[in-house]
Amino acid sequence: MSDEEDIILADLNDDELVQQMHDDLYDGLKEEIEEGVNILLGRGWTPYDVLTQALVEGMRIVGIDFRDGILFVPEVLMSANAMKAGMFILKPLLAETGAPQVGSMVIGTVKGDIHDIGKNLVAMMMEGAGFEVHNIGINNPVENYLEAMAEHKPNILGMSALLTTTMPYMKVVVDTMKEEGIRDDYIVLVGGAPLNEAFAENVGADAYCRDAAVAVETAKTLIAERA
Amino acid sequence: MEAVTAPRLPKTLMIGCGAVANEMVAIIKANGWDHVTLTCLPAEWHNTPDKIPEGMARKINEAKEDGSYERIVSLYADCGTGGMLDVLLEKEGVVRIPGPHCYEFFSTQPVFEQMMEEELGSLFLTDFFVRHFDRLILDGLGISKHPELRDMYFGHYKRAIYMAQAKDSELEAMAKACADKIGLKYEYIYTGYGTLETYMTEQAGA
Repeated sequence: MSDEEDIILADLNDDELVQQMHDDLYDGLKEEIEEGVNILLGRGWTPYDVLTQALVEGMRIVGIDFRDGILFVPEVLMSANAMKAGMFILKPLLAETGAPQVGSMVIGTVKGDIHDIGKNLVAMMMEGAGFEVHNIGINNPVENYLEAMAEHKPNILGMSALLTTTMPYMKVVVDTMKEEGIRDDYIVLVGGAPLNEAFAENVGADAYCRDAAVAVETAKTLIAERA
Repeated sequence: MEAVTAPRLPKTLMIGCGAVANEMVAIIKANGWDHVTLTCLPAEWHNTPDKIPEGMARKINEAKEDGSYERIVSLYADCGTGGMLDVLLEKEGVVRIPGPHCYEFFSTQPVFEQMMEEELGSLFLTDFFVRHFDRLILDGLGISKHPELRDMYFGHYKRAIYMAQAKDSELEAMAKACADKIGLKYEYIYTGYGTLETYMTEQAGA
């Protein structure tokens, strides 16, 4: 998507720069994204507007092309790396400038599973969407989830698994939440390559999210419903 | 003395993964199973297992339309389909090799479980993956072009275990090189065909 000639980002007006940042995000150009973020901030843009208009919107386009089979996992990961670099600059500034918070989430991969690419993408996109995210990493027994939920009191619990053999552990977590009488205090979202809607229903989750974009929309919808 | 005729064995279609085709063909040939036909789905679907149930459905339908097969058997385990392959196979009345994937049926369940108990961060290589490592893993996952992606894919892995179906020193050297390329500690275990041969023998009715 990017023009092959060298483009001087500082020479572009705001609209052109944002468009170029969408292209650079699409192409996974981390340094160009960092530069673009700093230029917009220097021009007086709020960190929230830089995040939403340049980065989140750019990743939305990446997500569409991934869903349509135009982009594949390696390209999406490069784009995610570029967005992460941009967010690294913005995060402390977002907190300072009181950017709106939509909700909060604890997210982790289940016990016995060390895969986290999708989970980390969801965490990043949820942050981009205005959620406070507590990423508890991989190989989480139920105790880890309960501890994190008790500490952070999130709106949402997110669980991820990539293996058919570890997916069933999600039911252990949900059943434990029921036993503890806390199931209804949280929205439970599940995801991972071998999962599907029927599985989510069987384990007692609120929804299955097939990708990060769906996770964000589902989270927003369910939070609004419960408000 | 009357000649004893061997019982007629049912004409059988076995549907498997292209990544295990070499081994499946070797087993069929070694046993002289003229009544068994093997057909495979693309090995690349290892990375996109959601395609497997639909591909399997197509193969089963073709076989049923053909009408000459008395038995159809899946040599796919669950293989990352999250139970969706089982939904299809139950509907079609087709049995499958038990277990979650080929790493388990090659090494056998107790051995595989022990390896995972020892180290969760274990990457498994079969003969096929050793041969096609650069294409499927380094190129396929984009690591050739973007080495920085290595950590995203393999950051939580500690070792690469080569599960050898054949005893081949050249493949062993290649497997070691694969582990080196992604910065994992190399280990070796000879599995042979494991549960695959046992299951195929059982299903061939031989």
